[in-house]
Amino acid sequence: MIENLDLGMVNWARAQFTLTAMFHWVFVPLTLGISWIIAFYHTIYVRTGSEEWKRLTKFWMKLFGINFAIGVATGIIMEFEFGTNWSNYSWMVGDIFGAPLAVEGIVAFFIEATFFAVMFFGWNRVSKGFHLFSTWMVAVGSNLSAVWILVANAWMQYPVGQSFNPDTARFEMQNFFEVALSPYAVDKFTHTTSSSMMMAALFIISISSWYLLRGRHVLMAKRSIVVAATLGLLASIFTAFNGDESAYRIAQVQPMKLAAFEGLYEGQTNAGLTVFGVINPDKKVYNDQPAFKGFNIHMPGVLSLMATRSFGTFVPGMKDLTYGNAEHNIMGAAQKMERGKQAVANLDGYRKAKKAGDDAAAATQLAAFNQNKEFLGYGYLNKPEEAVPPVAMPFYAFHIMVALGTLFILIFLCYLYFSLRNTLERKTWLLGLGTITYVLGMIAGQAGWIVAEVGRQPWAIQGLLPVTVARTNLTAGTVQTTFFMFLVLFTVLLIAEIGIMVKQINIGPEEN
Amino acid sequence: MIERLDYATLQHLWWLLCSVVGALFLAMTFVQGGQSLLWQMAKNQTEKDLIVNSLGRKWELTFTTLVLFGGALFASFPKFYSTSFGGAYWVWIAILFTFIVQAVSYEFRKKPWNILGSLVYEAFLFLNGVVGILLIGAAVGTFYTGSSFQLDDNNFVTWTSSLRGLEAALTPSLSSVFNIAMGLFLVFNARTLGAMYLINNLELGEVPELEARLRSACWQNLVLSLPFCLGIVVALLFMPGYGIIDAKGTIGIVSFKFLKNLLANPWLLGLLLVGLVLLLYGVWKTARTKATYGIWFGGLGTVLVGLTVLLLPAYNNTAFYPSKDHLQSSLTIYNASSSLYTLQVMTYVAFAIPFVLAYIAYVWWAMDRKKIGIEDTSDGAAY
Repeated sequence: MIENLDLGMVNWARAQFTLTAMFHWVFVPLTLGISWIIAFYHTIYVRTGSEEWKRLTKFWMKLFGINFAIGVATGIIMEFEFGTNWSNYSWMVGDIFGAPLAVEGIVAFFIEATFFAVMFFGWNRVSKGFHLFSTWMVAVGSNLSAVWILVANAWMQYPVGQSFNPDTARFEMQNFFEVALSPYAVDKFTHTTSSSMMMAALFIISISSWYLLRGRHVLMAKRSIVVAATLGLLASIFTAFNGDESAYRIAQVQPMKLAAFEGLYEGQTNAGLTVFGVINPDKKVYNDQPAFKGFNIHMPGVLSLMATRSFGTFVPGMKDLTYGNAEHNIMGAAQKMERGKQAVANLDGYRKAKKAGDDAAAATQLAAFNQNKEFLGYGYLNKPEEAVPPVAMPFYAFHIMVALGTLFILIFLCYLYFSLRNTLERKTWLLGLGTITYVLGMIAGQAGWIVAEVGRQPWAIQGLLPVTVARTNLTAGTVQTTFFMFLVLFTVLLIAEIGIMVKQINIGPEEN
Repeated sequence: MIERLDYATLQHLWWLLCSVVGALFLAMTFVQGGQSLLWQMAKNQTEKDLIVNSLGRKWELTFTTLVLFGGALFASFPKFYSTSFGGAYWVWIAILFTFIVQAVSYEFRKKPWNILGSLVYEAFLFLNGVVGILLIGAAVGTFYTGSSFQLDDNNFVTWTSSLRGLEAALTPSLSSVFNIAMGLFLVFNARTLGAMYLINNLELGEVPELEARLRSACWQNLVLSLPFCLGIVVALLFMPGYGIIDAKGTIGIVSFKFLKNLLANPWLLGLLLVGLVLLLYGVWKTARTKATYGIWFGGLGTVLVGLTVLLLPAYNNTAFYPSKDHLQSSLTIYNASSSLYTLQVMTYVAFAIPFVLAYIAYVWWAMDRKKIGIEDTSDGAAY
């Protein structure tokens, strides 16, 4: 199946997906979150009739529009990249994975696309009520689209509701509701949308703080901050709680990912959560070097609590998950590989028997295959250590994300406190910090995706399909070419977007 | 209810649904057609802004229809998705490139500090309008002429041409001529539709000279599209196709395959003829009278022609994505589709489509009651 494997191609295809996904994720959280906040502002305008709220709504809408356009541009490539760079994946799981993408198109994208035009251009063309309804529908459509793409992503991490069909050589859907309502999908959606709301609040706070430091558009900035800080605080607290729930879920279905982002090589009872540490790059699952270099801090028992909801329990490390741990009844990747290779051999035998018209032999091979089919993906690994993802990237990304998330709660609290005391304008230290918080938010958002996606390597579909099999039969040079093509294009568009955004912010709401 | 439909019926139904979305996309390419007319039609900044602001309120619908077309094919015919996108790599990358640059161009074109300048964004729109549609047309042409690929036991694709899809237009052969003709027909048809849409959507009293140019362009582009359209129709009547020739699903070359398909499904012939007549009527009314409603006939006509173009190579046991190199790797609606269960689930989801069409129609009506005039180009939200 994977003869003539070009690992260079696989790595370039991974790099390209990383590139396009990370560019896309620069813009999407803002779209998801700010669409609700704009709908909120618009509602206040319709209820009060205040021209100040109308100007405020139109201003944030304008920035939303600039961001939305480039979000769409970077988004289209993602859908088609599954086909261009990961065509084996598209065939093997298209029966399941394609459905959420189609549903997204039917029920979400058209809402966005249709009502987007009304939201922007409907001020003097439709009634106030229908215009407001359209603004809400843009928020609904954007977030509905997030539902379905996150259902698809969650399925890659936790592939439920499917079974492998040896005749068609693909995974086929058995239960749509298991796929759509998977607890992993629910966690992903709540975590993503609440963090997006937090990002949008940070965006508004950043720009409004800059205005306050400059003494410009003071009333608009103060009003924007009060709404944004309130929603941001609620969203950031919610994000922290559902982030914890996500970690619990990961511990159940992707324990290797949890061990990687915690730098946990050896399983521990009463495992501690790392607060600070520097990963030792020479540490591997097969050597006895220390996991961390120098000074590190742990909170005893907290990782056990996070992973199992109980102190004092055992949390498996990467070594246990690679080589197995009989004491704790953990099957390692090595053992899974044996069973996976047996499944691959039986699948091959089944096909040959079918071709030869030997039904009895085919039935025997199929029965043997079914015994091991859940380990099929492991059959394509060459050594157990391949089941271990890169450690440093998810480790640092996870800890940066958590640290920044905690910082954001404090920032929102400060903004609300000083706004209520009406002393915000004098707190220049806070306004200075607030001006850069959106950049920090973007770093946190990107870090979150690094945890999710790098942490699940080497799997395209957890445990079932490694990225080495999921690829398209292309040369590394071909993918390299398109990688740099998209890198240049997206970088130019990003610079243009930043330029336009900065200029519009500099112009401010009056002139808009 | 859906569970009572057998697998083959659902496979036919889903090819029909995908074809409807594809045909709607072709009708919506009036946006791309309008983009390609921008420099030719607009003689001053006001006219240019009017055209951009008129098209700019619809570009997302066209874009979304294309995305849905891709998503629906992925969900219902994943083997086509994996074979074509993974195989004809450069064609799809080039098409995607033109749609990526289109997506930012409306919003960025006139904004200060846009780095590249208005002209570059207008060039992006032109590129999307011409190259994007030409390549989509050529890709559709391969439904009839075939492609260079093989599938292995796992249904993994190997493309046998190093041009990775571009050979459909670049190799000297009758197939390439057919594919390019399909592309050029779609380009000129999109331009015809674009002119008709702008006539319908703009406040023409403010720009009488632009109106005259648009009416003239509508006629000229129809005339330019006709040789390609007729060439394709004549070729279809005579060319062989790839069909299922026995109960085991063996694929073979069948002479006069598409003529046989038309005779076996005369309603397809009806769709094609009614579509062409509607299109011609729409152009006639736009180009030769003062009517502004030609786009509705032209759009509906394009939908019907598009439906024929997409259904003809798939129905009546035809391989809709034939392999020239390995006949048995060819894709039919039977061997390329999703499982029975997935098609059933997706069919329930498809019940949402009429609601989607209904709210799009309402919003279109509500927003377009008042034509786009010069004042709309100076509004704060204008493109």
